[in-house]
Amino acid sequence: MFLINCPFCGEREQSEFKAGGEAHIVRPKQPTELSDDEWAEYLFMRKNIKGVQFERWNHVHGCRKWFNMVRDTSNDQIKAVYKMGEKPPVK
Amino acid sequence: MKNKYSIFSLIKNAFSYHENWEKAWKDPEPKKEYDAVIVGGGGHGLATAYYLAKKHNMKNIAVVEKGWIGGGNTGRNTTIIRSNYLWDASAGLYDHALKIWEGLSQELNYNVMFSQRGVMNLAHNLQDVRDLKRRTHANRLNGIDAVYLNTEEVKKFCPIINTSQDIRYPVLGGTLQRRAGTARHDAVAWGYARGADEMGVDIIQNCEVKGIKRNGDTVEGIETTKGFIKTKKIGVVAAGHSSVIANMAGLKLPLESKPLQALVSEPVKPIIDTVVMSNAVHAYVSQSDKGELVIGAGTDDYVSYSQKGSHDIVEGTLNAILELYPIFSRIRMLRQWGGIVDICPDASPIISKTSIKGLYFNCGWGTGGFKATPGSGDLFAHTIANDEPHKLNAAFNINRFVSGDLVDEHGAAAVAH
Repeated sequence: MFLINCPFCGEREQSEFKAGGEAHIVRPKQPTELSDDEWAEYLFMRKNIKGVQFERWNHVHGCRKWFNMVRDTSNDQIKAVYKMGEKPPVK
Repeated sequence: MKNKYSIFSLIKNAFSYHENWEKAWKDPEPKKEYDAVIVGGGGHGLATAYYLAKKHNMKNIAVVEKGWIGGGNTGRNTTIIRSNYLWDASAGLYDHALKIWEGLSQELNYNVMFSQRGVMNLAHNLQDVRDLKRRTHANRLNGIDAVYLNTEEVKKFCPIINTSQDIRYPVLGGTLQRRAGTARHDAVAWGYARGADEMGVDIIQNCEVKGIKRNGDTVEGIETTKGFIKTKKIGVVAAGHSSVIANMAGLKLPLESKPLQALVSEPVKPIIDTVVMSNAVHAYVSQSDKGELVIGAGTDDYVSYSQKGSHDIVEGTLNAILELYPIFSRIRMLRQWGGIVDICPDASPIISKTSIKGLYFNCGWGTGGFKATPGSGDLFAHTIANDEPHKLNAAFNINRFVSGDLVDEHGAAAVAH
């Protein structure tokens, strides 16, 4: 359990948010031309990093907006939050 | 040959104040080379080593464990064993395990305290009722014992359940698998470790894998904190850390690792003699032989390796427990903990070869791996020894995420595991 600094609402409890999984997985531009392997990669395969990971979160019990987060999954420490479409503020 | 555990050895050792029991397993340093190395010394890994040695005559093998054996999810689960899964592939897999459980204490000469006290799954809304009835029929077609109970029968089987129809999620019925139950989780790891050790398997603790050495598409060995170990076959059974090991080999798995919590109460006199699970309100409870209520909560929805979960998950579970069992309202909780579970998109495991020759994965058990321990070890050993899956785990290959032939147990299993 931790606090999340929503880029729109400020600091709130994590229980107000929904995790949306790994961020920056680009939706295929030409879905009809994808092979089964490429579909599997896009739909199912995840880095599932132990350490610093880029994620999407949604403030479901607040502003209901999506945003991105950089978080260390080994100790749940949040490194940064940033809006959708913005460049990650750390590496 | 190890001394057999029996009433006589117990009496004999009582005369020496139980100070002269032989060690259940050695604590060796790793050799330079093995025929196979199992990564992960939990129940599944130790069972894999046991069956590799016993059924496939592979005795020059090792189990490497970064901590101590059975110290991960094997020691953190709520010990529930059942096989009432909906789909044929899952039914085959989990009932294979249940059948081994039924004779496991005798086979290992180690009391795993397997107790077939029954597992009841409750229905709280009309869709639950339909789903559970459907699953009951599917189970019986697969030769798995299952009965559907109405509200009165649920109350009769477990009298402390609040079956009032005025509560937020009233009990409308449930299913019962009488062959299901619980076992002592530590004993499973220790029993398999003792059995494997007796056949010559090296169980190496405090030995963390740091890298996987490949020559093109073939494995050559593993780098560990105790040095390089050469081997042609690596079986990874690392539960929540499966993706970490996969990344070392340059593989990606369809897994997300999340915290799953459980908690136990102070010990009380016998009050509940079965296991009751409830999917809709996500609460399940049983009582250990020590008298503690063993309560399972849900997973958090974010990836984490921290072995801690969120407080609101526990609070939600306890709200449901109290509504279903008002008698527990003044009981105090003793301990709460988290384990990291690796969840597949279809909530079914992966027991499979990979695109790298000699590298095998047994992972993705998510929140429900304990029940499958003996079957998982048996089938994974078969897969490693023959370089081909057994017919019971053929459906659980990693390519199902490419072909689309998923074994979707997310909504279909009796509970979120």
